[in-house]
Amino acid sequence: MIPAKFEYMKVSSVGEAVDLLEKHGFDAKILSGGHSLLPAMKLRLNRPEVLIDITGISGMDSITEQGDEIVIGANCTHSQLLRSELVQKQVNILAQAADTVGDVQVRNKGTIGGSLAHADPSADYPAVVLACDAVIVAEGKNGSREIAATDFFEGIFTTTLNDDEIITAIRFPKIAKGNYQKFYQSASRFAVVGVAVVRDGDSVKVGVTGVSDTPYRATAVEEAYAGNGDAAEHAVDDIEVMSDHFADVEYRSHLAKVMVKRALEA
Amino acid sequence: MKISIRINGKKHTDEVEPRISLTHYLRETLDMTGTHIGCDTSACGACTVTLNGDAVKSCTLLAVQADGAEVTTIEGMAKNGEMHPIQQAFKEKHGLQCGFCTPGMVMVAADILKHTPNPSEEDIRHGLKGNFCRCTGYHNIIKSIQHAAELINK
Ligand SMILES: Cc1cc2nc3c(=O)[nH]c(=O)nc-3n(C[C@H](O)[C@H](O)[C@H](O)COP(=O)(O)OP(=O)(O)OC[C@H]3O[C@@H](n4cnc5c(N)ncnc54)[C@H](O)[C@@H]3O)c2cc1C
Ligand code: FES
Ligand code: FES
Repeated sequence: MIPAKFEYMKVSSVGEAVDLLEKHGFDAKILSGGHSLLPAMKLRLNRPEVLIDITGISGMDSITEQGDEIVIGANCTHSQLLRSELVQKQVNILAQAADTVGDVQVRNKGTIGGSLAHADPSADYPAVVLACDAVIVAEGKNGSREIAATDFFEGIFTTTLNDDEIITAIRFPKIAKGNYQKFYQSASRFAVVGVAVVRDGDSVKVGVTGVSDTPYRATAVEEAYAGNGDAAEHAVDDIEVMSDHFADVEYRSHLAKVMVKRALEA
Repeated sequence: MKISIRINGKKHTDEVEPRISLTHYLRETLDMTGTHIGCDTSACGACTVTLNGDAVKSCTLLAVQADGAEVTTIEGMAKNGEMHPIQQAFKEKHGLQCGFCTPGMVMVAADILKHTPNPSEEDIRHGLKGNFCRCTGYHNIIKSIQHAAELINK
C-alpha cells in the first residue's frame, strides 16, 4: 500500500513549521513518529498534500526538570519516556503507560506529542495527562500558549489545538504516587479501557480513556472516594459510553468500573 | 527527493518519491529482499529493521524519514560469512519453520537483547508483541532468543 502523492518538508525550527502550516492550511499535516498518520494515509483515510516533518527540530526531544515540573518535549518517543530515569522517578505513571503502548517498534518511533494531537479515543496518554493535571504547550502564529489537559480533548480525534499550532512540550507536575491500569485490545494493543489514578493525600484524580469518544476525568469517582475501591461504581456516571465490535456499552461500562477499582486499589 | 542512508555499513544515495516506504526502497530499489512485507500496516513485524540501533517497522517509515540515518537489515547481521549469534541461536533451537517472520524476529531480538542482556521469558514475550509467527507457536523463538543471550554473553 502506497499513500497518495505528497510533498515532504523537514523543518529545523518551530517557527518554520508554523509558517508552513499557515501557508498550506488544511492541505498540510505535521509528521512526527508517523505511527498514526502513515497507516491512515496508506488507507486513504487521510490525504495531506504536504507533510511537515518536525523530528529535526533540536531540543524538542528533551526531558528536563524545571522546578516542580518535568517538561517533556513533544517529540520524545514512547521508548524514551519509559527508559528516562527522570520520568521513572518523578512521573512514574507516564513511564508505566508508555511501556503499554503498542510494541517495541511502535514505541521506538511514536511520540507523545503525536499521540496527544491525534486524540485517538483508545490511546493511553490522554488518561495520564488528565489524572496528572498536565499542561500541553502549543505554539502557533500568535505565539505560545498553555492548555490544561482538562481543556485539551474535544472529541473523537479532535482537540482544542488550532490549525496553525503544534504541540512543543508537555509539562507534568511531579507525581509521588500514581498508577495506570489497562485492559488491552489483544490484537492492536490499544486500550479497551485505560485508567490512570494519581493520589494526592487522601484524595485521588482519575483519568479514563477508551470508554467514551472523549477521555475524561471521572469526577463522580473522585467525589465519592473514601479510601477504598467502592467509588469505582461511579466510573461512568453521566458518561456517554461508546460501543464497537470489541466491547458494547454494557460490557465496556462494567469493564470501566472494574479497571477504576483496580487502579484505586493498586 | 535525494536521500542518503547508510545501510549495513554502506552508504546508498538515491532519488526517491517521498511516499515510498523504507521497505519498498530496500526491496525494490536496492534489491535487498531479506526484509519482508507481511501486512504492510504495522501489525506483523516482518519488515523490522534497526534505525540508528532501534527496531522499527520499515513499512511504517518513509524512506525520506531515514535520510541520514544508519540502518541495519537482516543482510547486515552476518559478518565475514559467520552468522550473528542470534541467527546461530535460531538455527540451533529451531526458531523457524517457513522462515517468513524470521528476519523481523531476528531484528527485534537484537533490540530486546540490547536493553535486556539477560531477558526472562516474560521480557521476551513482551518484546515480541509486535511480531507475528504463523508457524512455530513462538516457543522455539523464545528459546532461540534465550540461547542467543547465552551466546552473546559468553
Ligand atoms: C501497531 C500500532 C499499535 C499502537 N498501539 C497503541 C497503543 O496501545 N496505545 C496508544 O496510545 N497508541 C498506540 N498506537 C499509536 C502510537 O502511539 C502513535 O505513535 C501515536 O498515536 C502517534 O504518534 P506519532 O508520533 O506516531 O504521530 P504521527 O503519526 O506522526 O501524527 C499523528 C497526528 O498528530 C499530528 N501531530 C504529530 N505531532 C504533532 C505535534 N507535535 N503537534 C501537533 N500535531 C502533531 C499529525 O499531524 C497527525 O495528525 C499504536 C500504533 C500502531 C501503529
Ligand atoms: S509489514 Fe510492516 S509490520 Fe507487517
Ligand atoms: S516461521 Fe513461518 S511465520 Fe514464523
